[in-house]
Amino acid sequence: MIDKVANMGHLKWVLEEFCKAFFEVDSVKMRFRPSFFPFTEPSAEVDIQCSRKGGEIRFGEGDDWLEILGCGMVHPNVLRNCGIDPDEYQGFAWGMGIDRIAMLKYGMPDLRPFFEADVRWLEHYGFRPLDLPSLAGGLSS
Amino acid sequence: MKFPLSWLRDHLDTDASTDRIAEALTQVGLEVEGVRDRAAELAAYRIAHVISAEKHPNADKLRVCMVDDGSGAPIQVVCGAPNARTGLKSVFAPPGTYVPAKDITLSVGVIRGVESRGMLCSAFELELSEDHDGIIELPEDAPVGQPFAVWAGLDDPVIEISVTPNRADALGLAGIARDLAAAGLGKVKTPAVAPVAGTGANPVGVRIALDDAALCPAFALRLVRGVKNGPSPEWLQKRLREIGLRPINALVDITNYMTFDRNRPLHVFDAGKVKGDLVIRRAQDGEELLALDGKTYKLDADMVVIADDNGVESLAGVMGGEHSGVSDATTDVLIESALWDTLNIARTGRKLGLISDARFRFERGVDPAFTLPGMEMATRLVQELCGGEASDVTLAGAIPDAARVIDFPFSEVQRLTGLILPRDEMRAILVALGFAVAGEGDVIQVTPPSWRADVEGKADLVEEIVRIAGIDRVESTPLPRPGGLTIGVLTPLQRRTRTARRLLASRGLVEAVTYSFISEKEAVAFGGGQPELKLANPIAADMSDMRPSLIPGLLAAAQRNADRGFPDVALFEAGQTFASDAPEGQSMVAAGVRRGTAGIAGAGRSWEGDAKPVSVFDVKADVFALLTALGVSTAGAQIVPGGPAWLHPGRSATLQFGPKAVIGWFGELHPATLKALDVKGPLAAFEINLSALPAAKAKATRARPKLALADLQPLSRDFAFVVDAGVAAGDLTKAVAGAERNLIVDVSVFDIYEGERVDPGKKSVALSVTLQPKDRTLTDADIEDVSAKIVAAAAKRAGAILRT
Repeated sequence: MIDKVANMGHLKWVLEEFCKAFFEVDSVKMRFRPSFFPFTEPSAEVDIQCSRKGGEIRFGEGDDWLEILGCGMVHPNVLRNCGIDPDEYQGFAWGMGIDRIAMLKYGMPDLRPFFEADVRWLEHYGFRPLDLPSLAGGLSS
Repeated sequence: MKFPLSWLRDHLDTDASTDRIAEALTQVGLEVEGVRDRAAELAAYRIAHVISAEKHPNADKLRVCMVDDGSGAPIQVVCGAPNARTGLKSVFAPPGTYVPAKDITLSVGVIRGVESRGMLCSAFELELSEDHDGIIELPEDAPVGQPFAVWAGLDDPVIEISVTPNRADALGLAGIARDLAAAGLGKVKTPAVAPVAGTGANPVGVRIALDDAALCPAFALRLVRGVKNGPSPEWLQKRLREIGLRPINALVDITNYMTFDRNRPLHVFDAGKVKGDLVIRRAQDGEELLALDGKTYKLDADMVVIADDNGVESLAGVMGGEHSGVSDATTDVLIESALWDTLNIARTGRKLGLISDARFRFERGVDPAFTLPGMEMATRLVQELCGGEASDVTLAGAIPDAARVIDFPFSEVQRLTGLILPRDEMRAILVALGFAVAGEGDVIQVTPPSWRADVEGKADLVEEIVRIAGIDRVESTPLPRPGGLTIGVLTPLQRRTRTARRLLASRGLVEAVTYSFISEKEAVAFGGGQPELKLANPIAADMSDMRPSLIPGLLAAAQRNADRGFPDVALFEAGQTFASDAPEGQSMVAAGVRRGTAGIAGAGRSWEGDAKPVSVFDVKADVFALLTALGVSTAGAQIVPGGPAWLHPGRSATLQFGPKAVIGWFGELHPATLKALDVKGPLAAFEINLSALPAAKAKATRARPKLALADLQPLSRDFAFVVDAGVAAGDLTKAVAGAERNLIVDVSVFDIYEGERVDPGKKSVALSVTLQPKDRTLTDADIEDVSAKIVAAAAKRAGAILRT
């Protein structure tokens, strides 16, 4: 998101709002950590609270963290290379691992079965074919 | 990078707890990956005395020991160690103790008929070394009953942090301490480096013979004569062991110490083995070096080496050579402290597959200003531990001065982060991190320290301030909402892909996501395998090619399910395929496979008749349902018999809107394809290229013509035609439908017959034709007239003869 005022506070709000909507909760325990990416400055990584016990991963409990995304203010050089004056325009960027947030939301302990197409797994974690997230209907039906 | 807390305390005067330090490290961007506290892990292990050790009555190699662990009555333990003997002091673990190296928790056991209540431990079991030949032997004066870890000095937590590539300066304890102090965790107390006065010229000359001076800006060398090498003192060995390094000898240990203490990698040569002067030059193609890791590396002219009259002695900035390495016999040592080009070091290391602590640091960039102080500090350590007399320092090249001034408006912090901080606080943070700050008011002049080559501009300074001030102080701020309703943002292709997924799922196919990488064999079988679609670095041998089709992945998935006892599966995937490495070679495709009896009518056995094996008509129905759901008119679609080579030639078809507008295919799999991929049928598959479908009509709402409903009854008539067996039924129905467009509204096939009642090479196709009168009821004569037209059109366009 690029405009003349978008700052890191907005970035934080967007990510917090997203996580609340995605996880369907009123509040999410998130941790912003300074980090490094070549395309953003300042940069941060975001972790989400979880527990990892007995081969299960659970959202919203425990005192472990799962890193879910990298983000930051778009690097002035990136703006410049796009023909945008970094002293006038600014903005933020982020990238999220959708497999990670799916693991957290649905309590999937392992990433590998995502690509195995085992019908038992697909049926266990799957959805009804006509489940359709919408603004009016919400994320889950 | 990991370090024991006691080492950090050399550089940081702090009373913060381990937890607080770990928390602060993560907060400033040096993410803590783990804190290992051996004293806590090994709390249950106590020093014990073996009161007696008798031979086990039922086993030759076991002993029955009575152990005093200071808790009271002697404890009986069965022990298999050859050195378990009366009077020995060792380490005892009672039942309930977790043994890290074996990942077990001890319980009371009976070994060959004798009860055993605990374990006497080897160094291996406590993860102290690889030694599992016997139990730990402690000196006579070891205090029985004391926690072993505390007595052994293991109560020093080791913190492991992950250092981002921009923070080369945090690869040394001094840099880590600086960050923590800036964040308010104490005061930096890194000792100043006192130079060592040389006692005469260095007899070994140094020459930089490089076409590009940037490859080695500076190279300092000093000879220390008369050293006595050998094992380094215990404090140094212990530190190195705690960070996972093996102590070698004092001179080598000093270089490793400097690497981690100050992020200053050094190299030491045995001066007795160096012949002539040192020359820093490019390697010659094919030149070889036996390095200190015992491996021989073949070098090329892109790599920089340090050579003498014997040849290559060291691979610059990466690893020294075995020939001139120091040993216990070394008496004269040459210390090297140099600067190298970061990219060149990275390329050299990558090309040779050589990972070293020196490479790791030189490719990120070390502090150029510490090149000479590093030499002085190393010299001092050498003299302290090994004695000797130091020469003057020879310096080839020059220490570069990269000082640059950044005009920095403090208001940038608020502009980019929304965080409002007092100017004093921001200034103090920069100063604490070593930045030189000049000027007053909003815009100040900031000079980054020599160890922060990564800091280039204003945004970097904002990051420095925010990470130290605390990113959690940035308050989340709602975005201003634009007026009006949110409009749709999906592209037509995205909408179609979503619809395709829902439609196929609702038809009972289960959605799969398979890898975009498949094996070469699979790729070739599906028309892929081109060189430009090969991966440069495949993660596995059977994931070497970008997929030309989704079918191979789905076939493999279907087979895996069959192997697990689920033979009747229907799977689909919507994903990308790759016909070339050009952007237009990438397509969004929806594909599915049906296996076993998983046809559209449902799988398995039933009281109304068992489900039949899947056939071309199941997947044809999928394709037409898909097109209908996507709003693609099937009126103009052509179904051409046959498809790509992986489909059965007689039970497959290609779907197209013209010869150059192929949008997919469906059919049963070719037996040869199944055999080549080692999968078993029955299998039918379809693949529709969503990117190639005719574009959807413009979205704007359109008024439609008034609906003219006929109030007369439609009527239907059946016809049976004999045609050549090769004639497609679709061609016949099209011919018939065109016979009288004013009346015929539908033509459908209801029977096909081939056999003894028609001539060989012929088939009978039975059609039901629906007629819809518009303005009056049809008379017999009207119907006969239409029938004649139908028979004539069928004869003319499809060579059909009415069956009589």
